[in-house]
Amino acid sequence: MQDSAVVAQGARNAAAMADHAHGGHPTYLLHHFNSVEQQADASSFAMWLFLLTEVMFFGGMFVVYLIYRNWYYPAFVAGSRQLNVALGGINSALLITSSFTMTLAVWNARMRRKGGMILCLVLTFALGAVFLGVKGAEYKEKFEKHHVPGEHYSLQSFLNPDSDPAAAGTRPLPLDEARHTELFFSLYFAMTGMHALHMIIGMGLMAYILFRARGGAYTAGHTAFVEYFGMYWHFVDIVWIFLFPLLYLINRH
Amino acid sequence: MSTSTIVRLPDQSTARIPKDNFITRENGLLSWLLTRDHKRIGILYLISITFFFFIGGALAGLIRLELLTPQTDLMAVDTYNKVFTMHGVIMIFFFLVPSVPATLGNFFLPMMIGAKDLALPRVNLLSWYLYMAGGILALYAMITGGVDTGWTFTTPLSTHYVNTNVITTGLAIFIAGFSSIFTGLNFIVTIHKMRAPGMTWFRLPLFVWANYAASILMVLGTPVLAVALVLVVLERAFGIGVFDPARGGDPLLFQHLFWFYSHPAVYIMILPGMGVISEVISTFSRKRVFGYTAVAFSSVAIAVFGFFVWAHHMFIMGVSNYAVLVFSLLTMLVAVPSAIKIFNWTFTLYKGSITFETPILYAFGFMGLFTIGGMTGVFLGTSGTDIHLTETYFIVAHFHFVMVGGMLMAFLAGIHFWWPKMTGRMYPEKISQFAAVVTFIGFNLTFFPQFILGTLGMPRRYASYPPEFQILNVFSTAGATILGVGYLLPILYLTWSLRYGAIAGDNPWQATGLEWQSQSPPLTENFTVMPVMDHEAYDYEWLEQQQERENQKEVASAG
Repeated sequence: MQDSAVVAQGARNAAAMADHAHGGHPTYLLHHFNSVEQQADASSFAMWLFLLTEVMFFGGMFVVYLIYRNWYYPAFVAGSRQLNVALGGINSALLITSSFTMTLAVWNARMRRKGGMILCLVLTFALGAVFLGVKGAEYKEKFEKHHVPGEHYSLQSFLNPDSDPAAAGTRPLPLDEARHTELFFSLYFAMTGMHALHMIIGMGLMAYILFRARGGAYTAGHTAFVEYFGMYWHFVDIVWIFLFPLLYLINRH
Repeated sequence: MSTSTIVRLPDQSTARIPKDNFITRENGLLSWLLTRDHKRIGILYLISITFFFFIGGALAGLIRLELLTPQTDLMAVDTYNKVFTMHGVIMIFFFLVPSVPATLGNFFLPMMIGAKDLALPRVNLLSWYLYMAGGILALYAMITGGVDTGWTFTTPLSTHYVNTNVITTGLAIFIAGFSSIFTGLNFIVTIHKMRAPGMTWFRLPLFVWANYAASILMVLGTPVLAVALVLVVLERAFGIGVFDPARGGDPLLFQHLFWFYSHPAVYIMILPGMGVISEVISTFSRKRVFGYTAVAFSSVAIAVFGFFVWAHHMFIMGVSNYAVLVFSLLTMLVAVPSAIKIFNWTFTLYKGSITFETPILYAFGFMGLFTIGGMTGVFLGTSGTDIHLTETYFIVAHFHFVMVGGMLMAFLAGIHFWWPKMTGRMYPEKISQFAAVVTFIGFNLTFFPQFILGTLGMPRRYASYPPEFQILNVFSTAGATILGVGYLLPILYLTWSLRYGAIAGDNPWQATGLEWQSQSPPLTENFTVMPVMDHEAYDYEWLEQQQERENQKEVASAG
């Protein structure tokens, strides 16, 4: 082995040396790290940094949202009323539960329980899928009511609230204010769309993890990938925790 | 030029390139395309960014040729718009941003801190593929009709008034942005977690500090550019109206998001270059960099201040007077850490034993040209003069002094400085000194007249101009031709040196960095024995003692 010649001195090598004494590296230790601890430190730090870039990405959109919400508050209130709080609430509950099952999956992986880990991952995946299904139903309703920004956007619900059960009883908006509801829905679709895209990517990764987990890849002591995926999943969850009140709960006291 | 030199080469009659090194370890195209070795990825990047540099350079040549005469005679106005846009897009996103970090940084940063590789080798390879995917997509957009918004994609021009490949180019930059994010992320993790025993933060070479600061900007800034581009693409594809004044959107908001990245991006481009200059100045004046700590922290200060100056690109775009006041002040603050660097390099040279090999000639070029570029930046940061000078050739000259005069000089300094380490062979010294001088003359002839043109009021981004500006434009085009020769020469002689250059040995410059303590070209695992850092950075006495010990060992074994 080249490595045994390379690892010769230095305080940090102590752990690696100990491993040698016990008959070689653990198989998951990559060649350029000196010890398992160094590898774990580096990769978890990298994951946190990656999540930081994600914060900046969503942060850009939150800034856009906050500026327009400040400028066009009545339009944003009226737009927000069109969203279904019950469905949004159910989705929030689904996603928080999925974070819980994700944590259980990580715990099971650490405890080296393959069956439990797979079960929890399947549950997480299913909760994510139901979330996307509910989101799809909400999108469909918006299409039907012509609340999707673009050429076919309709101001009917805001100019004439009584024509729309969701807006019935509210004060009609003047035309110039009503037109700004389109911006609300632009941001609604852009932000929830980006969030959904992150979930779809996450579910793709989850499918990959499930595929490998059957062979026991994560229940043999090296759980790093599942743990980092869990961090990603929690992050996606947290984004929703911000999106839900910002989009659904404006002025619903 | 004086004949004294620090170059110490092994006896050419017996010297050989080490048989086992990172180039010879594995053979075949696949061993390169699937490599996880940071040095090989650095070489892949070097080849690809050189390719994009020459495309961007050819476009620059077309621009200068069109501007030789006051009329629009070489190309139609629309074509001219596309040519300068693609010149900007390619040079900024596919050359300047990755130039030093992805090539020299990739290759040398792990070696300098005594690591075997970057912390995430697979992510590193992925970042090269993302870069290539973005680059190819950008070229595809260029060939299938181009884009004519300028590299800034300013709304509402980019969203409503042009019908060119904005979406494709936007996606290309989006993808290349991830490449940049992954490089930055990898560097930060590597510098934090992979340092050799004894390599404390304040023993890091200043090149590492500079790349660390640039990496922070890459990681925090690039995602905001990504989201700005996503919103432009959504606007064009679905008409979501976020930047459309007709629907209550604010086009200026796009510029805020865009410049929140794109101003720090100029520091992403220049900081690694400053790192190169620190290494070169110290090595060729045989002195520790004066005020090491100040130079290290000035990199971080530039990165931090860099995030709070973006609106100075928008002084005439309708931001409030108070914003102008604040951003003007903050902009001038950036001049402080930049000046700290220039002064400290000057003090390093003071009473140093300076020799005049090619890398330091480029470094001198950097110091002079960057100073002019930086000082004219203060003119532009002052709102009173900015209103007169913005959107004129003064701006063009200013950022080319910083980017071409600064960054490109630093890049070439770095390439020459580390060429012996990368390839094991020396470049030919005389002709490369000549090329450095040609580049300097060509550069000044190209861009100095543009300062004058700008103060006279010649606007940028037009294919034609009033006849009284012609003489200065002729100078500029003539200079660009000389500059082109200055860039072609290194390509020729560096390629030549791959086969015929003198064998360099481990440490031809007698430099102190850890990368020079390994063989040239290095082994795949960089070091045979894990290095232990037991001295400060740029400790030339330590190096002398080290060599003394080795000599004694040789004498002892011979006797």
